[in-house]
Amino acid sequence: MELDSLYQEVILEHYKRPQNKGLLPNQTVQVHHVNTSCGDEITLNLKMINGTIAEISWDGVGCSISQASTSVVSELLKGKDSAAALSIIESFQAMLQSKGSDLGDESVLEDGVAFAGVAKFPARVKCALLGWMATKDAISQSLALTSNVKKEQR
Amino acid sequence: MKRLIRGNNRLVYLDSGATSQKPISVLNAEREFYTQHNAAAHRGAHQLAEEATEIFEAARGKVAAFIGAKVDEVVFTKSATESINLVAYSFGNADLGTKFHIKAGDRIVVSEMEHHANLIPWQELAKRTGAELVWLSVTDDGRLDLSNAERIINAKTKVVALTHQSNVLGTINPINEIAKHVRNVGALFVLDACQSVPHYAVDVNKLDVDFIAFSGHKMLGPTGVGVLWGKQELLDEMPPFLTGGSMIETVTMESATYLPAPKRFEAGVPNMAQAVGLGAAVDYLNRIGMEKIHQHEVELTKACIERLSQIPQLKIVGPTDMELRGGVVSFTLDGIHPHDLGQALDQYGIAVRTGHHCAWPLMKKYRVVATTRASLYLYNDLADVEALVTGVERARDYFLGR
Repeated sequence: MELDSLYQEVILEHYKRPQNKGLLPNQTVQVHHVNTSCGDEITLNLKMINGTIAEISWDGVGCSISQASTSVVSELLKGKDSAAALSIIESFQAMLQSKGSDLGDESVLEDGVAFAGVAKFPARVKCALLGWMATKDAISQSLALTSNVKKEQR
Repeated sequence: MKRLIRGNNRLVYLDSGATSQKPISVLNAEREFYTQHNAAAHRGAHQLAEEATEIFEAARGKVAAFIGAKVDEVVFTKSATESINLVAYSFGNADLGTKFHIKAGDRIVVSEMEHHANLIPWQELAKRTGAELVWLSVTDDGRLDLSNAERIINAKTKVVALTHQSNVLGTINPINEIAKHVRNVGALFVLDACQSVPHYAVDVNKLDVDFIAFSGHKMLGPTGVGVLWGKQELLDEMPPFLTGGSMIETVTMESATYLPAPKRFEAGVPNMAQAVGLGAAVDYLNRIGMEKIHQHEVELTKACIERLSQIPQLKIVGPTDMELRGGVVSFTLDGIHPHDLGQALDQYGIAVRTGHHCAWPLMKKYRVVATTRASLYLYNDLADVEALVTGVERARDYFLGR
């Protein structure tokens, strides 16, 4: 049935056992994002080491889609450099905004492709994007930090 | 209402607290206005303009009679939200020395159970004027805490703005009891009646308040029309909010004088077709009878609370007894986020509201992120209640059973 296309086994797995949940200290950047339409909130810590994502940890409250999706992104982007991470986030976003025509590339998005079905439920797209947009924001902020440091060093 | 949803499911519409469905007579009234009588009311020397004016004003008469008001006390706005903003902005525009003027040191009182529409306009007014915004709390069982009402509604208080019935909890507030405190300090009393006027008889002569605001689309009428009722002597003294055509008496290049209410508050060509549609909605409600509608909803709400309470993981947010309670039932289900529950119910054809219901502070108070809300109206029946209960059980098994 339709409900299963939205709530893939992978999503419910991540929801029940979220990865990297619980904020870790010594982050490079902390961001806080809210889904204004439903009140879901997450706080996300990003730790960058030499331009590479060392850690993404997070905490928050929300529906299974937003929680599972944040769990997926926090695992998937670990060890990626910022350019690669941003490009993966872009593919995920494109998939969700495709209204179901873009099923996602599993070699790029891994567990993220489980959210392809969400694209058919417009009201839930924001839920799936919450953690990803927070991560994108955190990466941009950390890039801004490093470029400021470089400017100061000059 | 007969259409099928998500495949072959019968539509079970339990979201009338957000907006109601419309009878054909309302659609026909709008259609007839546009096809037969469309012209700008209150202007033009032609027959159509005359007819448009007459029909538009007749709608005002119907709405006035519906709430026991004088015709000139009914102002058409675009929404209840606009109605409340109208009052807040008008007070903000009032000259020093008038009873509407609000300044630093004054107090505006609201409650924790307000819809954002009856909170933010007052927050903003407080910000603009330097007045203090204070609120009545809610108790754990979903009632207004009036134990300290005398301290909250004190001598500094200029405005008290409360909801008649909570859109989340279903609680009906004891307005006349609160009015005693408001009258004692000589403040103005603004009532958000969005969740009450559509569901049971509201008579402004029996409610000791100064203003009430409600929306057309929650009472079988079209969107784009709301109502502000205010006591004539107050409306006639209040400064305008929106200004422009239709609301002026005389105009020079430097200044203008304004018509009395209601026209003073209806700048521009009015929302005629919508008001006419609302008039037809009032006719429809009157044909059935508000007492009958109320009894029907009481019966359904009682059944709904009883049946939902039998689900072990379910917790009702709001009063569970029928004393001073309307047909809005909010609940949470252990282990399932309301969005997920709402999604599953939708798949079974059941339309409910999930989220914070434009009452974020209330959600925080009860330490919930969101709730699922079923709201009942005259077209619902016991089969709808049963469908909801079965749907919730199915959803529970779907998410928790795996």
